[in-house]
Amino acid sequence: MEHYNMNLTLKVWKQKNCKEKGKFETFQVSNISSEMSFLEMFDILNEQLVAEGKEPIAFDHDCREGICGMCSMYINGRPHGPWHQTTTCQLHMREYKDGDTIVVEPWRANSFPVIKDLVVDRTAFDRIIAAGGYISVNTGNAQDANCLPIDKQKADESFAAASCIGCGACVAACPNASAMLFVSAKVSHLALLPQGDPERKMRASNMVKQMDIEGFGSCTNIGACEAECPKGISLENIARLNREYIGAMFSGSKEG
Amino acid sequence: MNWKDYFSTSIGKKILVGATGLFLIIFLVVHCYVNAMVFWPDNGKHFTDAAAFMGGNAAIRIVEIGLFAAFFIHIIQSLMLASQNAKRRSEGYAVKAGNKTSKWYSRSMGLLGTLILLFLILHLYHFWGPNRYGQFFDPTWKEDNLYNNMLFTFKELWVVIVYLLGCVSLCWHLMHGVASSMQTFGLATHRYKGMIKSVGMIFAILIPLMFASMPVYMHCLSTCMAH
Repeated sequence: MEHYNMNLTLKVWKQKNCKEKGKFETFQVSNISSEMSFLEMFDILNEQLVAEGKEPIAFDHDCREGICGMCSMYINGRPHGPWHQTTTCQLHMREYKDGDTIVVEPWRANSFPVIKDLVVDRTAFDRIIAAGGYISVNTGNAQDANCLPIDKQKADESFAAASCIGCGACVAACPNASAMLFVSAKVSHLALLPQGDPERKMRASNMVKQMDIEGFGSCTNIGACEAECPKGISLENIARLNREYIGAMFSGSKEG
Repeated sequence: MNWKDYFSTSIGKKILVGATGLFLIIFLVVHCYVNAMVFWPDNGKHFTDAAAFMGGNAAIRIVEIGLFAAFFIHIIQSLMLASQNAKRRSEGYAVKAGNKTSKWYSRSMGLLGTLILLFLILHLYHFWGPNRYGQFFDPTWKEDNLYNNMLFTFKELWVVIVYLLGCVSLCWHLMHGVASSMQTFGLATHRYKGMIKSVGMIFAILIPLMFASMPVYMHCLSTCMAH
């Protein structure tokens, strides 16, 4: 693809902290290369703001390889921007043309309060994981891989669920700000493996309970989360979470 | 967690909505089957006999209590979930990309449910209410001839139109509801989800279509008889 430079107008959400009201501010950036990533474009803008003696825009980022789940921008009405199964850091400026206006907002959910500008507090996800997204294993050397035969299909499904990076795009996309896709991925990748079996009965119920405590909405089966998930986590995981929950309900276990 | 705790979570409430929804679906099938006897060319004899059996049967009256309870739970739990969901995002987005992943009826289950409820109140007022009132409070009561009641009620064109709108609302409600309840029960696996969606769609069209044909047929019949 031919390289080109572009000038853009950015409307970015600016908010000092979670207590103060935020507002959109408009910025102009020029000579942005089509080969830059979206976050590199934001780096240029921030350098420009620092040079002008202004405060840079706060945004989350870490690996910039699409695997850490830190970046979280809501770009022109879509979490992580317009590219299918792509995180914000992997979105590239060749998507845009000279003169475009881009509106960038933080994830909007009461469970993800804005810390500053585009940075939101996603520690609610950590607390959900702590409620049940773990397994009990003995310490020491790893077992021989062939000790626990796992059928290929289950291993693949578990791996697909484990690819959830916990970015929160599912919550951002859902009209109910539901975290069901995230929770279902975290329950599924353990539920499919024998290592996840000992805590199975309490995992789904405890994680769902914590999800509700954190104030996430419920699933209305409209699939916006699946469509916007940068890792392509399937709605079938939500069906599995529901099965796991019903299983726990009828198991008669006192755990959970 | 005890039973109460399990049914109090967001998934627990959805299980209640789904389970009561399935019970109401079974009711729809039975109701449709009995009502379809109006098409039998015997001036409503089959239908009147079946309706009298349903009306005078104690077991049916007991199941009817369960039916009202199911309606109540279905509505209350759905309203609770909807009102909780509405509070989950106090500050909305400035730019919305649209809803490409879902149909409007999937996002309007509350509205469609309310329309069905309004229709239901009218429907009970037309048929169930007067008959059951007589059964319990009038010592000289005899089961109404529902066939004649239908001919009389559906003579009015506006009543037929309201019933058709009720059937259309039911159709859209079921288009989402049938498949969605299967997802809530965890049955929409890779193997079955296509089948569930298709069967749900067929059911959602077929049953309301059958119901819709009844007021239209009775209206035509009563108009012909008047001439």
